[in-house]
Amino acid sequence: MVTLAKTGNEVMAEAMRQIDPDVVAAYPITPATEVVMIFAQFVADGLVGTEYIPVESEHSAMSACVGAATTGARVMTGTSSQGLALMYEILPIASALRLPIIMCEVNRALSGPINIHCDHSDTMGCRDFGWLQIFSENAQEAYDNVIQAVRIAEDPRVMLPTMVTTDGFIISHCMEKVEVLEDKVAKDYVGEKKSPYSVLDVDKPVTIGALDLTDYYFEHKMPVIQAMKDARQVILEAGKDFGKRFGRPYGFFEKYKLDDAEFAIVALGSTCGTARVAIDELREKGIKAGMLKLRLFRPFPAEEIAEALSQVPNIAVLDRSDSFNAQGGPVFTEVRSAMYNRNAKIINYVYGLGGRDINVAQIKEVFCQLGRADKMPMVNYLGVRE
Amino acid sequence: MIRNDWCPGCGNFGILNSVKAVLSETKDEVILVAGIGQHAKIVDYLNVPSFYSLHGRAIPAAEGIKLAKPGTKVIVFSGDGDAYGEGIEHLIFAAKRNIDITVVVHNNRVYALTTGQFTPTSPYGFKGRSTPAGSPEIPLNPLELILSSGATFIARGYPVKADHFKSLLLEAIQHKGFSLVDSLQVCFTFFNQYDLYNQKVYELQGHDPADREAALKKMREWDYNSDAPIAIGKFYQADKPTFEDRFRPDKPKVSREEGIAQVLRSYI
Repeated sequence: MVTLAKTGNEVMAEAMRQIDPDVVAAYPITPATEVVMIFAQFVADGLVGTEYIPVESEHSAMSACVGAATTGARVMTGTSSQGLALMYEILPIASALRLPIIMCEVNRALSGPINIHCDHSDTMGCRDFGWLQIFSENAQEAYDNVIQAVRIAEDPRVMLPTMVTTDGFIISHCMEKVEVLEDKVAKDYVGEKKSPYSVLDVDKPVTIGALDLTDYYFEHKMPVIQAMKDARQVILEAGKDFGKRFGRPYGFFEKYKLDDAEFAIVALGSTCGTARVAIDELREKGIKAGMLKLRLFRPFPAEEIAEALSQVPNIAVLDRSDSFNAQGGPVFTEVRSAMYNRNAKIINYVYGLGGRDINVAQIKEVFCQLGRADKMPMVNYLGVRE
Repeated sequence: MIRNDWCPGCGNFGILNSVKAVLSETKDEVILVAGIGQHAKIVDYLNVPSFYSLHGRAIPAAEGIKLAKPGTKVIVFSGDGDAYGEGIEHLIFAAKRNIDITVVVHNNRVYALTTGQFTPTSPYGFKGRSTPAGSPEIPLNPLELILSSGATFIARGYPVKADHFKSLLLEAIQHKGFSLVDSLQVCFTFFNQYDLYNQKVYELQGHDPADREAALKKMREWDYNSDAPIAIGKFYQADKPTFEDRFRPDKPKVSREEGIAQVLRSYI
């Protein structure tokens, strides 16, 4: 293990170098451009054996990834925002075909208006496309998550595409202390890619992507649904083994001062770092504040979340994207459903759209408002001008 | 006053100044459309109705505007990443339709907004930040491509030659049908081609733009890769029906009211 000063983009590229995928196809987009650009330098310097193609659009990038993955190749890409949106058409095809493509996705607000800063609207827009979605709080987690993602996605019980997300600029461009594994131990952890089928196998010819109508389409969706359920166990195993080997265990979520909390927030991504400071300050004043930091959004660990929050009477769910007059933001609707029939008072804060900063004082204010949660509206908008 | 964010020495200033001059001379109603890229900021710097669209999608947005406002001159500003890369299908189809819009491509042959990656018109071996070992691809020749797609006005300009560039812009806007001005806009920061263009660029003389074969030959003289002389000027112009002319050319045989009545009777 070596300790380095790296940005989120740099460590994602570093993880890609160690994983040494067979094929990478990508198109530049701020703030994810660097991930693949740094990786391109590794290709040019002969540090990886990857075939790399800078294609003409993200639509082509994901299509090329799907094509390459059907041969049994290990395939990776990186993108953000509109680039991810341009991939949307292909994303469900990747999951339906059980192609464990790994994506480094840097969260950025969807246009319009055009904006290059962080919110989660891009990733949330494809939450129901059969991809695993893993969020990172900082550069360290981004690195650890990419390494784990390959093993999770390629597990025979899963075989589903996986995106690891960071927060645009906040994680992608900020330099932090990161512990990076030695190449050999990283490779040992990830393992060799094994593929149950390949279009290249002329002795066992297969057609991939054939027409599937009212007769069998539904049946062919069921294994994807089942694999997403089964992925939970694989994620837990991978996170536990990562902890055993490298001292940083991972689960579905992290509980921060949650066990005796009277007031808790649920959040994901970089905001959790800010929230820790707010919680520590409140604890010093004797206020029992805590947090459930969600790492995994798909599959959504509903029962485990409900259990973890079962003793907390007042809960605020923080959403960095909105669902435009649904019953709150996407994280809130999931968490609230998970908490159905439980006694907690649970409200929603939509914050940080288009990279609007969120600070310690604002999070403390959320906790303060939780003290009168009964009187608060169900959905609140935090940090926006009236 | 909006602060200009282009680098000192950016070729976009030349295009902006020429567009300002041309628009101040025209009496037409004008709507501007931009893609995404350094070029797109041009609409921020002009006090003209404009639409800052999506990367690659400026042309179809402009076609929509033109259909809704047929009397308006619609001018698209686009980068080479936009028009020749991510949205190349739209360029081909707009040319095929010969829809009456003008496309000005700020062809700096590099992705400047994302800080220096290769594009469809970067030369072979281009060492950009996505191709540090050199691009393995041969650039495409956009002029040849859109000639074969059906465009009826095809020009290449070098904004440094301001008067010449202005006259090309004006002609392109006045042309009835699909017009393209491929503009050798230099990215001073990531792909400085000023020396090359100043040395190689020459104005077309004695060329007949109505002669398609001669146009093709001239377009092939420089393939965006070789060190051949680089012609600027009007390569091709043809007077052909536009999409608007061809749309429902025959008057319906019955009136609209009678047509609707016939449909309603058929339901009974």
